[in-house]
Amino acid sequence: MTDWLIQFFAPHVVPLIIVLFVVLVLPLLVGYVVLLERKVMADMQARLGPMRVGPHGLLQPIADAVKLLIKEDIIPENADRFLFWIAPLISVTAAMVAFSGLTFAPGKYELFGHLNTIAVADLNIGLLFVVAVSSMGIFGIVLGGWASNSHYSLLGALRSSAQMVSYETAAGMALISGLLLAGSLSTRAIVERQAAEGVWFIFLAPVGFFIYLVAGIAETNRAPFDLPEAESELVAGYMTEFSGFRWSLYFLAEYANMIVVSGIATTLFLGGWLRPFAGAAELNFLDFAPPVIFLGVAGYCLWRVPRLFEPVHKVVMTLFAGLCLLLALVLALPVTVLPSWKPVLHGVFWFVAKVVAYLYAFMWFRFTFPRYRFDQLMRLGWQFMIPVSIVHVMLLALALVLQRDPGQGGLGWPWWHGMLVSTGGTLLVAAWLAALSERRQAAPAGSPA
Amino acid sequence: MTLNLVFFYFFSALAVVSAILMITRRNVVHSAIFLVTALLATAGIYLQLRAELLFAVQIILYVGGIMVLFLFVIMLVNLDVAVRQAAFSRQTWLAILLAAAMTGQVALAVWTGRASVTLPPVQAGALDPNTEIVGLALFRNHMLPFEIASILLLVAMIGAVVMSKKKI
Repeated sequence: MTDWLIQFFAPHVVPLIIVLFVVLVLPLLVGYVVLLERKVMADMQARLGPMRVGPHGLLQPIADAVKLLIKEDIIPENADRFLFWIAPLISVTAAMVAFSGLTFAPGKYELFGHLNTIAVADLNIGLLFVVAVSSMGIFGIVLGGWASNSHYSLLGALRSSAQMVSYETAAGMALISGLLLAGSLSTRAIVERQAAEGVWFIFLAPVGFFIYLVAGIAETNRAPFDLPEAESELVAGYMTEFSGFRWSLYFLAEYANMIVVSGIATTLFLGGWLRPFAGAAELNFLDFAPPVIFLGVAGYCLWRVPRLFEPVHKVVMTLFAGLCLLLALVLALPVTVLPSWKPVLHGVFWFVAKVVAYLYAFMWFRFTFPRYRFDQLMRLGWQFMIPVSIVHVMLLALALVLQRDPGQGGLGWPWWHGMLVSTGGTLLVAAWLAALSERRQAAPAGSPA
Repeated sequence: MTLNLVFFYFFSALAVVSAILMITRRNVVHSAIFLVTALLATAGIYLQLRAELLFAVQIILYVGGIMVLFLFVIMLVNLDVAVRQAAFSRQTWLAILLAAAMTGQVALAVWTGRASVTLPPVQAGALDPNTEIVGLALFRNHMLPFEIASILLLVAMIGAVVMSKKKI
């Protein structure tokens, strides 16, 4: 009986852990991403940010969550109750299911005689699955806007779905440029290919990465493309009528989507779970970075404890230092006594570190660039991003053929030749397009465009 | 194997129930949502049959693309008028007759061809790697039909642009 149970459940252990993590821990993490965003914003605006709830505002996300949970739940009188109820759930579900396509660490691990990958499913269509599922989040927005039975919401929903559909094309083309290099859609195979080539794809297709970066910001409705919820100018778009917990579900979906987009970019362009300079043996001391970083954070927190005034703050700060110490210990295991665990533990660490760096870029852009107007956004998407990404895919494919051996119809170019040709050619086309649109805008009104 | 059967019956039931709900709902947006669930359930069956690429394409094209456009159009027409109209009420009997005839035809076709329904067993891994197999079939074995279909789509796209632009 127990044998049968083990046989039945063994292949599902790692996927179940990841699923439980995404469903139970992700909302909390999203709360801390929001705190991080407020801290980054405060830092860029020379302020302190949240400081009251917990030491350095460390308990702020929990207070916010409690506030959102106990807020009054308002449904407009003439709203379509069924759709109003289901719309935020669609957004959240789509964002959370998308996580199951990502692979967080290399290789396969034996558990009760079963080979497991550190992913919910190592699909042959990996990336396509993530893109397909996360594109369903549009329904949450469209239906939420329509179900509210309000003009602001409906217009906001149309605006944001038009934006998301438009930038999906450019994002897809940017993904294709990475997939051309990888030769596979499986998230595990993509990173393994980068390990085999010894170079992250961001260095082979920098234009593709840039286009994915911009399109990813537009797809997750973040500033400077946050027109769907430009609260200071356009009311709050599709979530005008949503409040309390339903509103926070939309918020959760937005941040989960950000993490998914970061995960895709990390996998495809930033080498996934690979350590920086994974191929260089003389830089192997970088393996000590994960525990040392957490040790440093823990040390700083302990140093801060006597300088805090509130007793509660002292307790929370000590607990946080303890958590960091625990993580440092876990991450120190692979470099000391358990080398076989290194790929999993350090793989996950580097993956998360890259995702966090990408999220930081999201925040950085938000507080650096002013918001685009809707026609500017559409023009940028259709007249610049999409043509440039298509040209990039074509030139990259050409360069890849020319890099083949002469016997296989190529010229046997080294990889940096191909990179220069594809990137340089794309940049030339991009400059030409930019000049063209400049001239078009400079033309007097009424003249044929 | 039992798990497979459970999933199959779940997705089939979901597809059939949402299809029925789709044609019986008065509210057009609700119908569209049930059409989406029907398409998703079909995608689930594709995934269960290990046709992974077909699953992804079904979701990206039909659910993420076409249904979003449907919703766009539905939201832009005036729904109040459409809801108040009695829909096709005079053609009830004709519709029932036609539906019965159609069902009879399909049933007859299935019954007469029942010998060919059982397919030979597929060996494990015949569809792996799925994307590569579909790609080779499309771009190597059926290159010309594929290109003709692409040109057809291109013509339709250009036609739509020409029709919507007043001045080109």
